[in-house]
Amino acid sequence: MKIKDLIDANLFTVLNQGKDVEQEITKPFCCDLLSICMSKTPKGAAWVTVMGNINTLAVLSLTDASCIILAENAVFDEPALEKAKSEGITVFRTELPVFESALAVYNLRND
Amino acid sequence: MKMDFMGVHHIMTDRITLNYEVSAEDFTRAGEASSDVKKKLKQMGVEPSTITKVAIAMYEGEINMVIHAQGGQINVVISPDEVLMKLADRGPGINDIEKAMEAGFSTAPDNIRALGFGAGMGLPNMKKYSDEMQIETEIGKGTTVTMKVFLS
Ligand SMILES: Nc1ncnc2c1ncn2[C@@H]1O[C@H](COP(=O)(O)OP(=O)(O)O)[C@@H](O)[C@H]1O
Ligand SMILES: [Mg+2]
Repeated sequence: MKIKDLIDANLFTVLNQGKDVEQEITKPFCCDLLSICMSKTPKGAAWVTVMGNINTLAVLSLTDASCIILAENAVFDEPALEKAKSEGITVFRTELPVFESALAVYNLRND
Repeated sequence: MKMDFMGVHHIMTDRITLNYEVSAEDFTRAGEASSDVKKKLKQMGVEPSTITKVAIAMYEGEINMVIHAQGGQINVVISPDEVLMKLADRGPGINDIEKAMEAGFSTAPDNIRALGFGAGMGLPNMKKYSDEMQIETEIGKGTTVTMKVFLS
């Protein structure tokens, strides 16, 4: 499954469409504590979190996650949105809780 | 030694030195030094698993300089055999290093925790993902963390 497939599925609101929508999504991954995310996020993961600040983007690029999904309608602050735009990172938002968000990605991937 | 690494030996005949200034409490730039080093290692064709080790260890150290100290300098030397990272801050120093190294121990205040930091996993991660780590600290003066990740 590619990022563009997740966009086309219309499961989540697209806050920012990144530059590489052809990138593969490997699996969903849920975590909010950045030290744990930093060492455990799988490459290419669709990272489900409620942390929407600039540090989320730093961790995404260091771990090579493919995109961010903000669950629980979590706030993505202005500096973070600007950085996502300038770096071309795809960010989604949904009112779904963390588990349901990840499950939606998982189900779509296994369709 | 892995085959894909042999090439790097040929490309990297010299050492590369990188210096970064880390400013205090500037979360908008936190992680930039680590990202830059990661990018350089990638360009050099260093093995992805080695890059991951450097990225994790250095990011945690960089974040600690921002949240626990008043910023400082990071000096990175990439040579054919290793990546040497020296993170020197002008912070309060670490009172009890043994305690600070414990998984889950953190003195991060609530406003910092609200950003996703303060899991108390930074120093344990640095220890785990680097091949050698040394901490020099003086109360009221600052802390210097030196880490090495071997490239073979
Ligand atoms: N550079 C530093 N200067 C002063 N204190 C530090 C520094 N790095 C770590 N510490 C202390 O060690 C504790 C544990 O650090 P760490 O394992 O990275 O966890 P965290 O950063 O999540 O608190 C910190 O809460 C802090 O009290
Ligand atoms: Mg830390």
